[in-house]
Amino acid sequence: MTANLHLWLIPILPLIGAAINGLLGKRFSRQLVVTVALLFSGAAFAMALWIAAQFSSLSVPYTEFLTPWIRAGNFQVDFSFYLDQLSLIMLLVVCGVGFVIHVYSVGYMWEEGGFYRFFSYLNLFLFFMLTLVLASNYLLMFVGWEGVGLASYLLIGFWFTKYSAASAGKKAFIVNRIGDFGFLIALFLMIKHFGSLDFGQVFKSVQPFSPETAGVGLLTTIGLLLLIGACGKSAQIPLYVWLPDAMEGPTPVSALIHAATMVTAGVYMISRSHAIFERAPMALTAVAIVGVLTALFAATIGICQTDIKKVLAYSTISQLGYMFLACGVAAFSAGIFHLMTHAFFKGLLFLAAGSVIHGLGGEQDMRNMGGLRKKIPWTFWTMTAATFAISGIPPFAGFFSKDEILWRAYQASWAYWLIGVFTAFLTSFYMFRLWFLTFFGEYRGDVGLPDEPGRAAHTSHGHGRHGIHESPKVMLVPLVILAILSVAGGWVGVSGSLGGSDRFDKFLGPVFRSTALKVGVQLLEPGVTAPPEQQTEGTEPKTGHATELMFTGISVASALAGLFLAWLLYLRRPQLPERIAHALNGFYEAVLNKYYVDEFYAALFVKPLIAVSTKVLWHGIDQGIIDAGVDSAADGAREVSDSVRHMQSGNIRSYAGWVALGAFAVIAYMVWTGVQ
Amino acid sequence: MIPLSYYLVLSGILFTCGVLGFLIKRNIITIFMSIELMLNGVNLSFVAFAAQWHVLGGQVFVFFVMVVAAAEAAVGLAIIIAVYRTRETLNVDRIDLLKL
Repeated sequence: MTANLHLWLIPILPLIGAAINGLLGKRFSRQLVVTVALLFSGAAFAMALWIAAQFSSLSVPYTEFLTPWIRAGNFQVDFSFYLDQLSLIMLLVVCGVGFVIHVYSVGYMWEEGGFYRFFSYLNLFLFFMLTLVLASNYLLMFVGWEGVGLASYLLIGFWFTKYSAASAGKKAFIVNRIGDFGFLIALFLMIKHFGSLDFGQVFKSVQPFSPETAGVGLLTTIGLLLLIGACGKSAQIPLYVWLPDAMEGPTPVSALIHAATMVTAGVYMISRSHAIFERAPMALTAVAIVGVLTALFAATIGICQTDIKKVLAYSTISQLGYMFLACGVAAFSAGIFHLMTHAFFKGLLFLAAGSVIHGLGGEQDMRNMGGLRKKIPWTFWTMTAATFAISGIPPFAGFFSKDEILWRAYQASWAYWLIGVFTAFLTSFYMFRLWFLTFFGEYRGDVGLPDEPGRAAHTSHGHGRHGIHESPKVMLVPLVILAILSVAGGWVGVSGSLGGSDRFDKFLGPVFRSTALKVGVQLLEPGVTAPPEQQTEGTEPKTGHATELMFTGISVASALAGLFLAWLLYLRRPQLPERIAHALNGFYEAVLNKYYVDEFYAALFVKPLIAVSTKVLWHGIDQGIIDAGVDSAADGAREVSDSVRHMQSGNIRSYAGWVALGAFAVIAYMVWTGVQ
Repeated sequence: MIPLSYYLVLSGILFTCGVLGFLIKRNIITIFMSIELMLNGVNLSFVAFAAQWHVLGGQVFVFFVMVVAAAEAAVGLAIIIAVYRTRETLNVDRIDLLKL
């Protein structure tokens, strides 16, 4: 028996905040808007902490039934919430990072119009995200899933008067729809075959299935469809194209939604459905392949981007690829571990980038930065912590999680590991490239000089134009908090080979092992020997530690190599990159243009769709049939009336004539029938 | 004894005169008189039938019709005077709008 936790309050609190600010905020002063927004998001965070504090005394998984939702025959879905180790971690990450970013936004958005709208959306996002992670069935999760998509759309298009922002919002929404289609079909299949969407029930129904190694069975189908959904939300190949465009939104939004929380929903969903995936090795392999390819693909694009936020966007896609890779090799806890550390350091990277942009009055192009180290020292130092963390340099947070993923990937297939390590090298390279370009060398921009008309486009966001300046304290405190987490956040999960005790993995153990297979997963890749479940038990032989240490060494070395290369190319000899780009002309062009994927999609899907919609649906069916039908009905009625209205002339004698004629006709008819 | 058919033919002629007058004439007073002619044509057939079949109902009806006709004449003439005062004409072709 556990106490009633009132879990439902956690999502509801931000919803109240969103409602107050959204409905009444227009008349509020900025201070009041901030108070409401921070009060309710802070209250949710406080509740999450309170639950975390008494978590050890709870009997998990804890389910809280709120009220019935859909009752149709034997099928039922309730508003009920679910708490176990996995949702607790997600809860803390979402609430914690969410609250910190709320605080940061106060400083970042202070001079913007639509201030109340921004905080209302931000609270709304928290509501849906918390619904997503706390839901105890797939349908409620789907509500949160769609809701965060909506909040994301609203916030990407926050500056909706800007065409690029409005269309980026639309793009994100539509691309996500494609993924949601897969998710929905998976839900339908579950209803059809398991008769329920409740996590507990579905996983219980799945229990007797043996792994579908032979062919594509039910679970493989469901797994692949869930993967499509996850690809949409978490920006994986082939549905990643919306995320870079999503950078049109305000930077705190990019940090919260498009780096730390929403985009990791796909990883959470796959981890939550691990009971299904473990029995569908082909689907798992697909997850791993999608993940590892996305990681590599996005990292290469990240190298050539010049917009500071675009680099971070591609980096996010790439890191999400790592998480998918972890899930794909059934190392779910490693994936969630990376999700958590990534939320810290990527959130920080975006916030710090936002601080740089803020300081430069809206400048986002790294070619116009440089030498900012001395001018904005707080931003510099926090960004440094995040850069080291994402590059996987010990003892920063990213090192532990990435190392864990790479080691587990190696156990599945050396190919995953090789691509993973190469991607780690690329990650380190593009991150230090960003670091060197932004903070070192000579300042190449022109902010700080007197007003200049050419920069009007960049300052349209309304940031001050009064020279380079450090951000206010309200923005720096969140940076410092996240910097501490980026440094220390990984220590909770130090792996056995490094003298730790895999605490994070053990904490999540009950979630991922309670429904695990007894026989172990046989992955399709060659070279697989041990079922991954056993690896996490800490029962590896001592020789395993030595090998693992060696691999750790290799990944750290590749990260340092990336650092060195970035230093060489962008600080030591800045003229080199241009020469290299020249030498690799064709390839460089392709990478610079993001492999022409957007153009390819435009030619293959968007343009035919627009053509069909315009010519067939719009001009053909809508205008040709529906409009024409309505119009001709109206025209016909008017023509009939036109001819009949001449009878009503106002001339009494003509009326009398008609009456006489009618009377004559009636009498004639009666006489005639009487004669008959 | 004059046969019934004579009365009916006369009644028909009177009624037809009334209808034609109503349709042809433009002066509203004449039209009014045509209406009275039609009513009286019908009255004639009423009393003729009453006498023929020895039923008093027909004669009673005629009294009703005469009362109604008298009331109608009073109201109608009042309206005609009012129309003449505002439009200064009694030509129905020029009073063809439902407004002033």
